[in-house]
Amino acid sequence: MPTHYTKEHEWISVDGAEAVIGISGYAQEQLGDIVFVELPELGKQLKKGDIGAVVESVKAASEVYAAASGEVVAVNDALGDDPGLVNREAEDGGWFFRLRLSDPGELEGLMDASAYRALLAAIE
Amino acid sequence: MSAASGLKETSLAGLHRQLGGRMVPFAGWSMPVQYGEGIIAEHRHTRNAAGLFDVSHMGQALLTGPNNATVVAALESVTPSNFAGLGPGRIRYSMLLTHDGTIVDDIMAARLPEAAGEAALSIVFNADRVAIDADYLRSALPSAVELDLPPDRAMLALQGPKAAEVLSRHAAIVDFRFMDIAPVNLDGVGCTISRSGYTGEDGFEIYLPADDAERIARALLAEPEVKPIGLGARDSLRLEAGLPLYGHDIDETTTPVEADLAFVIGKSRRLDGDFPGANRILDELVDGPARRRVGLAIDGKLPAREGAPILTTNGEPLGAVTSGGYGPTVEGPVAMGYVERAFPKIGEAVNIEVRGRLLTARIATLPFVPHRYYRRG
Repeated sequence: MPTHYTKEHEWISVDGAEAVIGISGYAQEQLGDIVFVELPELGKQLKKGDIGAVVESVKAASEVYAAASGEVVAVNDALGDDPGLVNREAEDGGWFFRLRLSDPGELEGLMDASAYRALLAAIE
Repeated sequence: MSAASGLKETSLAGLHRQLGGRMVPFAGWSMPVQYGEGIIAEHRHTRNAAGLFDVSHMGQALLTGPNNATVVAALESVTPSNFAGLGPGRIRYSMLLTHDGTIVDDIMAARLPEAAGEAALSIVFNADRVAIDADYLRSALPSAVELDLPPDRAMLALQGPKAAEVLSRHAAIVDFRFMDIAPVNLDGVGCTISRSGYTGEDGFEIYLPADDAERIARALLAEPEVKPIGLGARDSLRLEAGLPLYGHDIDETTTPVEADLAFVIGKSRRLDGDFPGANRILDELVDGPARRRVGLAIDGKLPAREGAPILTTNGEPLGAVTSGGYGPTVEGPVAMGYVERAFPKIGEAVNIEVRGRLLTARIATLPFVPHRYYRRG
């Protein structure tokens, strides 16, 4: 499952014709304690760059964009009772939603893990 | 950082970084929004033990004149509060008002012990209102009264149920009641300390020379009950305590009556009607204002933030949220805002719109978490 990263600090992990989207460890650290995650409806068609989810930290609401176009085929219901999962397992159990990709070619140009680490090194 | 970003730094900037504080711009200052454990842990620590806040960005001012009556009259000319009745060693919450009765700033003003030939009130302004407040006050002062903004001052707040126990190991504060203020020797440093704060908890505010602030902060942080607390938890604590934040919940468009802060208007001042905007404010006290600040108890878990529209259950506009977020002690959303009701009914069902979704909520009394000020003694 190759994982790509966006400049907005989201990850998208490709699994055949589908992909799972979440935010990076760096992103959750910047947001601080997450208290609510608004997830998209199942079946919703998202275009690349659309708002897919909204993360509410104590301080502010932040948007999570769809890194690629597709139909929402699953959401992480565990975040309803335990939004802090995003803080603890941002790049694993704290995933947001799963898309059936409509154009896998859109993933070209996203960063791989080492390019993303280089971006973080440049920020800090 | 200060030079590059144009932000001012407090004398504790080095300590904040050493403690892992995440620095953010706030009112022209670089301030820690949180430390390593995060806002929720810091908030809970303050409610359960004691939190130390750097509030050196607040503006400290001194109003001096030949005697107490002259200084009091000068401050009363721009506020609706009764400072003539303020005893030495007492501090009072008040606000500077425009001639229309709207709020220039909310302030704390204390009467210091009178020395021979000189009397003084010390005042604390909000950080981003210092210049505006000083200009406004000076424009209203008689020639015998002066306003000074002493440089190189720092201010710490120690807040929480363990604050008194901790501070009493360093300073003689056991006799202080809520809203007492006095000069106190704190580990050899000449400070002024008041029993007051912005969290709803018992606690103290410490006014001291900037050069001594780091040593005092380190001494307090060395106590096992004390942790450093950032601006993030300061905001969630004051929100649960129902305390307004200038520039958000109150500003130059709101009056003290609209803000549900009419307690700042002194009884004798109401009778005399001699404060800025008295006509409008006295009318509002009788007939009710066009809108009123209220608490909003929101169902579910989604927080409503500043600017979210408040609607009646029929969908008619009723007002807007002015502060809102997650309350770690309440363990859910907390918000305050204005509703277009002269006398809002507690419990009235309303809707709040967040990203197109209608949340159900009720008008609620403030605070969300009861105050635990120390009024005994």
